[in-house]
Amino acid sequence: MAIIERPAETPDARPAGTAQAPTAATNYGYLRRPVETTGWRSWAFTVDHKKIGIMYGAVAMFFFIIGGLEAGLIRLQLAGPDGTILSADKYNQMFTMHATTMVFLFVMPMAAAFANYFIPLQIGARDVAFPRLNALSLWVFVFGGVFLNTSWFLGGGADGGWFMYAPNSSVPFSPTNGVDFWALGLQITGIASLVGAINLIVTVLNMRAPGMSMMKMPIFTWMAFVVQMLLLFAIPVITVALFLLMFQRSFGATFFSVEAGADPLLWQHLFWIFGHPEVYILVLPSFGIISEVLPVFSKKPLFGYPFVVFSGAAIGFVGWGVWAHHMFASGLGPVSVAVFSVATMAIAVPTGVKIINWTLTMWGGKLKFTTAMLFAVGLIVQFTIGGLSGVTHAVAPSDTQQTDTYYIVAHFHYVIFGGAVLGLFSGFYYWWPKIFGKLLSEGWGKWNFWLMIAGMNLTFGPMHIIGLQGQPRRMYVWTEFRAGEGFFNLGFWNLVATIGTFILAVGVLLFLVNIWITHRPGSKTPPAPADPWDARSLEWITSSPPKEYNFARTPQVSELDEFFHRKYEDVGEGDSHEYVQRMTGEEVIQHEEDNADPNIHLPAPSYWPMVLAFSLPIMAYGVIYNTLLIVAGGAIAVMAMFGWALEPADAEQSDYDPTDDGGETSKELANV
Amino acid sequence: MSDSVITEPAPDAVDVVEDHPAEHAGDDHGHDDHAHGGHHSSLGLSNNKLAMWLFLGSECLLFGGLISTYMLYRNRHSAELGPDQLWDIPFTSASSFVLLTSSLTMVLAVSAANRKDLRNTKIFLGVTALLGGLFVAGQIYEFTTFYREGLGFTTSLFSSSFFTLTGFHGVHVSIGIIMLVATIGMIQKDKISGDKAEAVEMVGLYWHFVDIVWIIIFTLVYLIPA
Amino acid sequence: MTDTLETTTAHDDKHDNHHGPTDKQFIAIFFFLAAITAVEVLVSYIDIGPAFLPVLLGLMIVKFFTVVWYFMHIKFDHQLFGRLFYIGLGLAVAVYVAMLSTFQFFAG
Repeated sequence: MAIIERPAETPDARPAGTAQAPTAATNYGYLRRPVETTGWRSWAFTVDHKKIGIMYGAVAMFFFIIGGLEAGLIRLQLAGPDGTILSADKYNQMFTMHATTMVFLFVMPMAAAFANYFIPLQIGARDVAFPRLNALSLWVFVFGGVFLNTSWFLGGGADGGWFMYAPNSSVPFSPTNGVDFWALGLQITGIASLVGAINLIVTVLNMRAPGMSMMKMPIFTWMAFVVQMLLLFAIPVITVALFLLMFQRSFGATFFSVEAGADPLLWQHLFWIFGHPEVYILVLPSFGIISEVLPVFSKKPLFGYPFVVFSGAAIGFVGWGVWAHHMFASGLGPVSVAVFSVATMAIAVPTGVKIINWTLTMWGGKLKFTTAMLFAVGLIVQFTIGGLSGVTHAVAPSDTQQTDTYYIVAHFHYVIFGGAVLGLFSGFYYWWPKIFGKLLSEGWGKWNFWLMIAGMNLTFGPMHIIGLQGQPRRMYVWTEFRAGEGFFNLGFWNLVATIGTFILAVGVLLFLVNIWITHRPGSKTPPAPADPWDARSLEWITSSPPKEYNFARTPQVSELDEFFHRKYEDVGEGDSHEYVQRMTGEEVIQHEEDNADPNIHLPAPSYWPMVLAFSLPIMAYGVIYNTLLIVAGGAIAVMAMFGWALEPADAEQSDYDPTDDGGETSKELANV
Repeated sequence: MSDSVITEPAPDAVDVVEDHPAEHAGDDHGHDDHAHGGHHSSLGLSNNKLAMWLFLGSECLLFGGLISTYMLYRNRHSAELGPDQLWDIPFTSASSFVLLTSSLTMVLAVSAANRKDLRNTKIFLGVTALLGGLFVAGQIYEFTTFYREGLGFTTSLFSSSFFTLTGFHGVHVSIGIIMLVATIGMIQKDKISGDKAEAVEMVGLYWHFVDIVWIIIFTLVYLIPA
Repeated sequence: MTDTLETTTAHDDKHDNHHGPTDKQFIAIFFFLAAITAVEVLVSYIDIGPAFLPVLLGLMIVKFFTVVWYFMHIKFDHQLFGRLFYIGLGLAVAVYVAMLSTFQFFAG
C-alpha cells in the first residue's frame, strides 16, 4: 500500500508528538496552512488536479445553463413576428452575453476540466507541473466569470456582440459599463487560460511516465497539448486588444475613433488573430476526446494515430494564417481576401484527415453504441455538416453573401455545438465512472443524446435556410412583412428553430437528470468497475475514482495504448494481429498496487492561489468605479504573491497520525 | 508495508526536477532514477525554466501587438507634436545604454550564482536593480518632459500608442526590479527552496527579455523616425 | 555531460559549448553591444541615404540575437527552450507583419 506524506491535520497545526518544527514557523501567513482532507476546505484550497478538474467542470456546467437560458430568451423573442420579450437593447445584451458565456465560460473551462483531470493521468503523473498555479487558474476563472456576470446587476450586460467590434464598443455607442465588465472579465479569464497553458505544456513535456515518448501519448493529451500551445500564443493578442479597448473607454484614448484618424480594422485584426485560433481551441479537445472514445467502442486502435497527431498540429499551425476570413466584407482589398481565402480552404484538409481517420477507426470494428459512442459518432456527423458550410464561407465571393446572416450562425453552431459540445458530452459519459465511481444510466443517456441531436438540428438546421433567405444576425425582431412569401418563409423557420431550442433544452436537462438519478441518496446505481469499457489508455490503470496519488507506482510505458497491451497479447504472425486477453483491467491494477511505491509525496494545499485570484476582480471593479480599489486589489495581489513565494512548495516533513476517514485516502505512518 | 521511516524529504515533482538538470544531461527519453515516488523528468529539463521560456514566447505576441499598433499609428499626430520635435536621442541613448549595462550585470549575477558565490550574486542583482531603476527614472523624466511639451496620453493616436507601448515596457521593467529585489531578499533569508542559481537565472531570462524588447523599441520608435 | 545541457554546478572559466561564455567573454559581448548601439545612434544622425533603414534594422537584429543567444544562453542550452521561444517570436513576426501589410504599411 502506498504511504503518503501529508502535513498534520491537528487544529493547532502542531503534529502531535512530532519532533519537527511547529507548522506556524514555516508559514509567513497569519493563518495556518490549510491541511484538511475533508470538507469544503479540502476543495477550496486543494492543489489536486482531479479536484480542480471537477470544480472547473461544475462551474462550466453552471455557465452552460446560464448561456442556455440566454439563448432561450433570444429564441423566444424570435419565435414570432414583432416579438416583445426583449427590447432591442436587452436583445443586444442577450446575444453578446450568450456567446461570451458559452465560449469563454463554458466550452473553454469544460475542456480545461478534462485536460486538468486527465492529462496527468494519461501520462502517468501524479499531478501537474505547478499545482498551486493550477489552483490559481481555477479560481481566477471562477472569479472572472462571476465578475463578468455581475454586469447584469450593475447597469446591464455587454451589448456589442461577442466580437465587440470597434467603434461600436466605445462609450458613445455603448454607454453602460457592460463592455467594461466584458473587457475586464475577459482579461481576468485570459490570465487563467495563459497560466493553465504554461502549466499543462510543461506537464506534458516534462512529466511523462518513463517510456512514454511524445508519439506514445494518448491522443487526447496530444490534442489538449496543441490547444495549450494555441492558448499560450493567442491570449496575449486579445490581451492587447482588450487593453486598447479599456484605454479607449476608461481613459479617453482614441485607438478606435475614426474621427481622430483611427482605423477600426485594428480591433478586428487583433481580435480575430486571437479569435481564429480560439475556435480551434474550442474544438480540438473534443476531437481528442472522441479519438479516445471511438477506438474503445470499436475495439480497434485509432486509425492512423500519427496522422491524427500531425493533422491536429497542422490545424493549430495553419489556424494562425486564416483570421481575416472573418473580415472578408470589411474592405480589406482583393489581395488580402484572396490570400486568406486560399489559406482557409487549406485548413479544411487536416480536418478532413481526422474525419477519415475516425471513420476508418470504426470501419471493420466491433461497434458498441454506448452513449459515449453515440455522442462521438454524432460529432463526426454534425461537425462535418458544420465543416461543409465552413467550406462555402472560405470562398470569399459566396461569403460576402453569407456574412452577417444566419447562415454563419448555422455554421458555427454546427461546429461548436455539433463539434465541441457533443465531444464534451461523449467525454462525460466515457469518463464519468472513472471520475465519480459510478456509470451514468445508459437509458437516460440515450434519451439525452437523441433529444440533443433532434433539438440541435431543428434549431440550427433552419438557420442555413433563413440565412440564405436574408435574415441578418443580431436582428432583435422580425416582421411579417419581412418574413417573405410562402409557407416556408422566415417566420416558419424561426418558429421551428425556437421549438428545436426547447427540445435541445430538454435534452440537456436529461443529462442533469441522469446525474441526479445516478448519484442521489438512495440511488441503486452500483459502484463502477475500474475498467468498465475495456479501455486502452493509462488513466484507466487506477481505481474508480482514482486515489489521490493517482498511480500506486509510476507506470513504465512501452507502447501506445499501454493499458490495452498489458491486457491483450498479440499472438498474430507477421503483419496480422490477433489479440488474446491475458489479464483483466482489474488484474493490471492489482499488479500495480502490489508493487506500489513505498513513498509518495504529494504537493500540499494552499490558500494563496485563491487570495491572489480574489484580488483580480477587486482591481477590475476599481477600474470601473474607483481607483482606490485598484490600489487595494493590487496590494492584496502583491501580498499574495509574496506569501506564495515564501511558502514552501511542499508541506514540512512530518509523520502524523492515521486519518479518521477509514484509511480510504492513504495508509499513514504512525507518529515517530 | 515497509517500516522504513521517510528519511529524507522526498521532493515533490516540482522540486525534484529543479535538482536534476545536471544529472540528466542529454536524456531525451524518460527514465526512472529513483526507487521512490517515480520522480523523474521526461526531458531532463527544469520545469521552471521551461515555464519561463514559454511565458517569454507568449510575451512576444503581446509586445508584437503593441509595437504593431504603434507602427500603424506612428504618423497620426499634429505637425508640432511628433517624434522629430519631441525625441531627445542623446538622452534616450543614454537610457538604452543603462539598460544594456544592466543586462551585463544580470548575466554576471547568474554567473556568480552558478559559482555559489552568493555575496557577488546579491551585489550584481542589486546593481542590476539600480540600473533598472535608473532606466525607469529616465523614462519617467522623458514622459513628464513630453507631457509638459504638450504630449498627453490622449493627445493623438501617436501619443496613445507611444505611451501604451513604452508604458507596458516600463511596467515590465518595474516588475523586474521588484523580482530582483525580492530575489536578493530571499537569498539573504535563505528562503529559496530548490536551486538558487536557477531562481536567479529565471529572473535573468525575464530581465534580458525586457532588454531585447527595448532594443526593438529603441530602433523602431526612436532612431528610425529621427 | 553532453553538449546539450547547461549545468548549474560551480565551475570553469573556459568557454566551451557546454557551459556558455565566461565572465570575461560576457564583458566583451557587452562592449560589442555598446559599440553597435553607438553605431546605431550615429547612423540616425548622419545621412547614409536609402541604406538607413536596412542598416538600422540589421543592427537591431544583431543586438537582439546576441542577447538572446549569449545572455539568455539559448545557444548553450537544450534546444527545446530556443524552439519554444522561436515559435512565439516567429508567430508574432509573421502575424503582425501580415496584419500591417493589410494596412498597406509596407506599400509606401
